[in-house]
Amino acid sequence: MLERLERQIPKFVLAPSFAAILVFVYGFIVWTGWVSLTKSKLMPRYEIEGITQYQRLFASPRWDTALENLFVFGGLFIVLSMLLGLLLAILLDQKIRTEGVLRTIYLYPMALSLIVTGTAWRWFLNPGLGIEATVRKWGFEDFTFDWLVNPDMAIYTIVIAAVWQASGFVMALFLAGLRSVEDEIIRAAQVDGIPLWRIYVSIIIPSMAPVFLSAFIVLAHLAIKSFDLVIALTGGGPGYATDLPATYMYSMAFSRGNIGQAASSAMVMMAVIFAIVVPYLYSELRSRNDAR
Amino acid sequence: MQGDLASTASTQITRLALRWLLYLLLVLFALYYLAPLFVMVTTSLKSLEEIKTGSLVSLPREVTFDAWGTAWSAACSGIKCEGLKPYFWNSIVMAVPAVLISTFLGAINGYVIAQWRFRGANLIFSLMLFGCFIPFQVVLLPMARLLGLMGLAGSIPGLIFVHVVYGLGFTTLFFRNYYVSISPELIRAAKIDGAGFFRIFWSVFLPLSVPIIVVTIIWQFTQIWNDFLFGVSFSQAGTQPITVALNNIVNSTTGVKEYNVDMAAAIIAALPTLIVYVVAGKYFIRGLTAGSVKG
Amino acid sequence: MTPILQIQALNKNFGTLQILKNVNVEIESGDFLVLVGPSGCGKSTLLNCIAGLEPVTSGQVAIDGRNMNEISPKDRDIAMVFQSYALYPTMSVAKNITFGMRVRGIDKQTQQEKLAEVSRQLQIEPLLNRRPAQLSGGQRQRVAMGRALVRDPKLFLFDEPLSNLDAKLRVEMRNEIKKLHHNLNATMVYVTHDQIEAMTLATKIVVLKDGLVQQIGTPAEIYLRPANLFVADFMGSPAMNLVTAQTRKNGRGTELVIERPAGEPLRLLDKKARNLPDRVVLGIRPEDITEAAFGSGKNVHITACDVDVVEPAGADTFVLLSLSGKEVTARLKAETRAAAGESMDFAFNMEKASYFDVESGERIN
Repeated sequence: MLERLERQIPKFVLAPSFAAILVFVYGFIVWTGWVSLTKSKLMPRYEIEGITQYQRLFASPRWDTALENLFVFGGLFIVLSMLLGLLLAILLDQKIRTEGVLRTIYLYPMALSLIVTGTAWRWFLNPGLGIEATVRKWGFEDFTFDWLVNPDMAIYTIVIAAVWQASGFVMALFLAGLRSVEDEIIRAAQVDGIPLWRIYVSIIIPSMAPVFLSAFIVLAHLAIKSFDLVIALTGGGPGYATDLPATYMYSMAFSRGNIGQAASSAMVMMAVIFAIVVPYLYSELRSRNDAR
Repeated sequence: MQGDLASTASTQITRLALRWLLYLLLVLFALYYLAPLFVMVTTSLKSLEEIKTGSLVSLPREVTFDAWGTAWSAACSGIKCEGLKPYFWNSIVMAVPAVLISTFLGAINGYVIAQWRFRGANLIFSLMLFGCFIPFQVVLLPMARLLGLMGLAGSIPGLIFVHVVYGLGFTTLFFRNYYVSISPELIRAAKIDGAGFFRIFWSVFLPLSVPIIVVTIIWQFTQIWNDFLFGVSFSQAGTQPITVALNNIVNSTTGVKEYNVDMAAAIIAALPTLIVYVVAGKYFIRGLTAGSVKG
Repeated sequence: MTPILQIQALNKNFGTLQILKNVNVEIESGDFLVLVGPSGCGKSTLLNCIAGLEPVTSGQVAIDGRNMNEISPKDRDIAMVFQSYALYPTMSVAKNITFGMRVRGIDKQTQQEKLAEVSRQLQIEPLLNRRPAQLSGGQRQRVAMGRALVRDPKLFLFDEPLSNLDAKLRVEMRNEIKKLHHNLNATMVYVTHDQIEAMTLATKIVVLKDGLVQQIGTPAEIYLRPANLFVADFMGSPAMNLVTAQTRKNGRGTELVIERPAGEPLRLLDKKARNLPDRVVLGIRPEDITEAAFGSGKNVHITACDVDVVEPAGADTFVLLSLSGKEVTARLKAETRAAAGESMDFAFNMEKASYFDVESGERIN
């Protein structure tokens, strides 16, 4: 009897956490999904109404801007971070004596809160006193760099700050990937007289495909969840010019008291993330099980 | 012979030049990453007068710590003007238990999933893993209701609860991946030695988990300290964590905009995680890569 | 006398996969039982069932007459040595050895006494304060044995304990285990895929394949009278020669006719074999095919064969002959004059010949 009970201990131990995940992740997703189909305003209501919330969402110009911003910001953020990260990783891979120090410098922004990053960049990009003013003081009177207050350009300031924050992290991922390439393959190529750049282009980088994939997944995930940086850097402004789905959802939920809209926008965000992440995780888990 | 010598000499020169170019590039990039920190620090040490007249990148003519003092204990956020100090403590009171609880739970969960495999354990793990990836926006509304029902709305225990729940996936993942490489014979040996589930965890597995415990604690601390979304959604005046307070100070519209105070406040908010990063960078990076490259 | 270990009608399934099928084994106190077979034959699973680390699907395991099915490993009075040694990495050697006693709450004094005794026995006294990572493979092996010895159990279980050691150390440790068995008069169950280990250590061998017991017997029985083709092929190195032959009864015994690639078929006369079917598989060990000059005995048949390959191996020289579409190995003295491509006379010791059914592979003599 005791013996039987003892065999169940592992299950009992795991049960609370599993229950928590079931309720607070999956249960809550269901709740949000449900509410997104109702007419909830300030308080949640539970009578299913249909997809009107989604129709209203996609008819809203503010949501349009948010989605468009997401694609502009997400696309640029991912591409630039990857390029910069890869470049840094390759440069650092050339047996640099001070690699440790440099790596520390490139990566430290990742330790900062996005609120801190946003606060700092907001100050540099401030046209009156920041970079613009400084360059003008150097004698370039016509220099303008007012992206922060320019509705057409403000979204790019978020890209700048986000790339500054995350590119060092991508560098670390890529550096680990570069280092894991079989040394003998590289030596064989060197013996064959293949130039270094060619070794990178034809051998090393293609063999890092999985690293690219995981970097992409992480960056895409960061982009879609981006909230803090926008709040701290532009507050979503000027106007709604830098709204992202995350800020849209937040303002619907907590300042506009429109729970139905908040829920439906959250569900759209989740759909986008799952469209990217689920196939990736599925293939990861499956390949791992196959290998076992 | 002569020609050969000349050509080796010239390739040597090219190589040297390339080497210099490489270092130049690396240093320029280092400056790009460091510049914002430099500007933040110098700005925080300047007087408001100097900021308005001087240049962004110049060193302070006269170093003053006034802005730091204000940021710590007098800056206004909203209606209150008590600086970051109370919020700094809020963040500590929130982060320390949340980190410890979620790390401990992750350790024991990982131990079960990796070493006490039972039917369905893999499914449970997959579900927890997927949970790491959801956009938290999708749980904000129901969590706000639940915290209200539990009487934890706007309280620090409520925030601790939220951080523990949504940190579980990652902490479990970290420990699971660490334990999965440990031979199952270890547990068998301990069973034959007479140890049970908890004794084996305590005497055999925890002592050999020091590296992953450090990684997890650092990861969780950074995540929780830097969190803004949960903080701003589930706190109220008086219980806000430091990130929320910082944002309020910066956005406070009362009086003159004090950029030096903003910068000092930003540095104060960043300091704990920066220190952790500088002291234990190796573990920090390991956590980052472990959190992204699953397995 | 009750058997110290008795396994009855044991079945073990993982899901729908049958790992062990109706296993029955019994050993007496002081026996050294070796479970041997190729990888995946279920031998380690069987050991884990004995240890209680795997529940059995049906049947029972009894230790010293007591049914163990519902008893947890710690209460079975066993000790186990693992392939990876499974030393606790964060504990010193001394702590590794005393961990079991600490868990059981045995007093400090007894712990120290036992530790001293075992470490003297295994000559690991200088290592007691080291961590496992600071030990060599052989030293770790000793510590793992120490952890088992200190328990003074009814039954020692070994799961391929030598497979991570290099060849020389393996032979040393093998001898040491054998001495230990002798000195302690302990009962041991030992899993290996290495048939030489099985032969040298065991008082009793169980040969397993695909979860089925193929044969149980002393090393000599298994070597001399393998129960089927699998055992004949698996035990012994080089393996037993197995060739198909036609049989013909005549006045002096049974004549075996074996095809050769060129020329006349080989005809061997076994004076004793009776009642063989028309076709059989003849099994004959390499050492039972010798040069004609050294072959003597009543039931020895001398005949000429073509030598294909000569392989000097130091103490012996192996010679390969082609018979019935197969290479047949003969074990000759090192100073043989056999040369590839030449014909010479060989003595076949038919006294030791084994015969197997062509269809079922079972032994028939």
